[in-house]
Amino acid sequence: MILELAQVQIRDRTDTCESNNGFCPDWIADNFDRYVDPFFQHAYLTVAAVAIGFGISFSLALVAYRRRWLINPVTQVTGILYTVPSIAAFFLLLPITGRGDDTALIALVAYVLLIIFRNVLAGLDNVPEETKDAGRGMGLTDRQLLWRVEVPLALPEIMAGLRIATTTTVGLATLAFFAGAGGLGEQIFSDITFKSNVVVAGGLAVVLAAVLDGLILLVQRAITPWTRVVAAR
Amino acid sequence: MDSLSLEVPAGEICVLVGPSGCGKTTAMRMVNRMIDITGGDILLDGSSVKERRPAELRREIGYAIQQIGLFPHLSVAGNIATVPHLLGWSKDRIAARVDELLELVSLDPDETRHRFPAQLSGGQRQRVGVARALATDPPLMLMDEPFGAIDPINRERLQNEFLRLQREIRKTIVFVTHDIDEAIKMGDRIAIMQRGGKLSQYAPPAELLMSPANDFVADFVGADRALKRLALQRVRDVDLWKAPLVRVGEPVAEARAKTADSEVHYPLLVDDSGRPLGWLSERGLQGERVVAELTSKSETVLELDDILRDALSDLLAEEAQYGPVVDEHGQVCGVLSIEILAHSLKTPPEQVPHGADAAA
Repeated sequence: MILELAQVQIRDRTDTCESNNGFCPDWIADNFDRYVDPFFQHAYLTVAAVAIGFGISFSLALVAYRRRWLINPVTQVTGILYTVPSIAAFFLLLPITGRGDDTALIALVAYVLLIIFRNVLAGLDNVPEETKDAGRGMGLTDRQLLWRVEVPLALPEIMAGLRIATTTTVGLATLAFFAGAGGLGEQIFSDITFKSNVVVAGGLAVVLAAVLDGLILLVQRAITPWTRVVAAR
Repeated sequence: MDSLSLEVPAGEICVLVGPSGCGKTTAMRMVNRMIDITGGDILLDGSSVKERRPAELRREIGYAIQQIGLFPHLSVAGNIATVPHLLGWSKDRIAARVDELLELVSLDPDETRHRFPAQLSGGQRQRVGVARALATDPPLMLMDEPFGAIDPINRERLQNEFLRLQREIRKTIVFVTHDIDEAIKMGDRIAIMQRGGKLSQYAPPAELLMSPANDFVADFVGADRALKRLALQRVRDVDLWKAPLVRVGEPVAEARAKTADSEVHYPLLVDDSGRPLGWLSERGLQGERVVAELTSKSETVLELDDILRDALSDLLAEEAQYGPVVDEHGQVCGVLSIEILAHSLKTPPEQVPHGADAAA
């Protein structure tokens, strides 16, 4: 009964294209509105999860960079979080945090920690030894060296990590509706047999991933101008 | 590193040289506390480095290393401005200083200041490294093989340029190298170190070459140390023979008298403005007056600023015992002979200039 009602909400079955579950441009044009809110919800879940995940794992990486013994435990814990299937995480969290954005975000954040942590750490570790030596030799304190030299030089790797994390999260967030957080996934699964619906909702997820990836790339180019210069004459 | 003790006079280049693993870099890095000393002390201007906070101490000491260590993410100006920025200089003051330093190291400020290190050649990077080390005009500079990663031709040029610069800026410099030739060229004083941080000899280059303290030093400076001494001196540093100068039309008797007075066997024919034309042959002295009959056409002409080693090489190439020396106007001012060169090698070392004064 509920399912029937939902299907009726999506489309009425009198028309041929729609009743054949085909790809119907007219229907898409008429019904595009219904995808707008889920699209922005999806974008919100992705950006919030990556931002929170970045905050946590960037801090962890900075701490572990100076205290090397922390690298293994942090990698193991975030590795476990990375391997737990998101759907399982949603259902495990439901009794504790209830349905809604919080539950979805916790699971998504847990998933990106490892990716960003490893990239930040790799970026910091790749800073040339002589650059650090020169910095220290000129009188930069450890903190100045970190923020003025090491972090800027790690930016290409850090941004690469952000891009992977973001693209992955757009995909994973299609499952967020299991936690009651909506998003494009909810639209896809609302009528998974109807090609027009799946194409539009799925396509929007791809567009979202591409747009976010492009934005991060633009930011990266703006803040790492030295990586694009032409080598010496 | 064990009981290394040396004093570096202000305004001089002290070169720490020795085989790898001798502790020369370690010794240098102790000065700005990149490595902390466990015993003994290092005094700068009479005060101990141990009483200073390392970061503050380092900002007062210029620091240049082999791989240069320019910050790849900062422009040339940003690199040079590092320490002034830490010290809170104003923007205008920093910008003016950057331009001044770039000119000092022979780089065009407008061309260079906005470039990233990746856009510079090896030699330019090295110059920027030196400019950065000089940013706050520190009285003391530490340089660890600063010319190490540069090809031999550019290296020679940068060394000469740096010595010229040093004549202007008169910094106290602790300079680390493994290359004895570079040490001899750059150093006012050279500390030769042996494995284990033991100091073998600390002396000006000429003294080191003249009287090595032990077999290790003799071996390290090389079997050709006499020839290396010749590289430390210029023609103007030795006593030249007086040349028997004659001009066309001069009475032959006078010419013969001048020649008899001289260590040189032939009179030297010069033109009206005193420039050498060549050695006069016997046939030029047959008549009443001197006529232009030369022994040979091509003659080595040496200059006062030539290094003795090059002068010797020129003489040997011409199979000549001696050659005329001209001053900056091209006028003959004496004769340099192989005999003089041999004699100069016996000169006591304190009379031999060195370092910035001697090298090109």
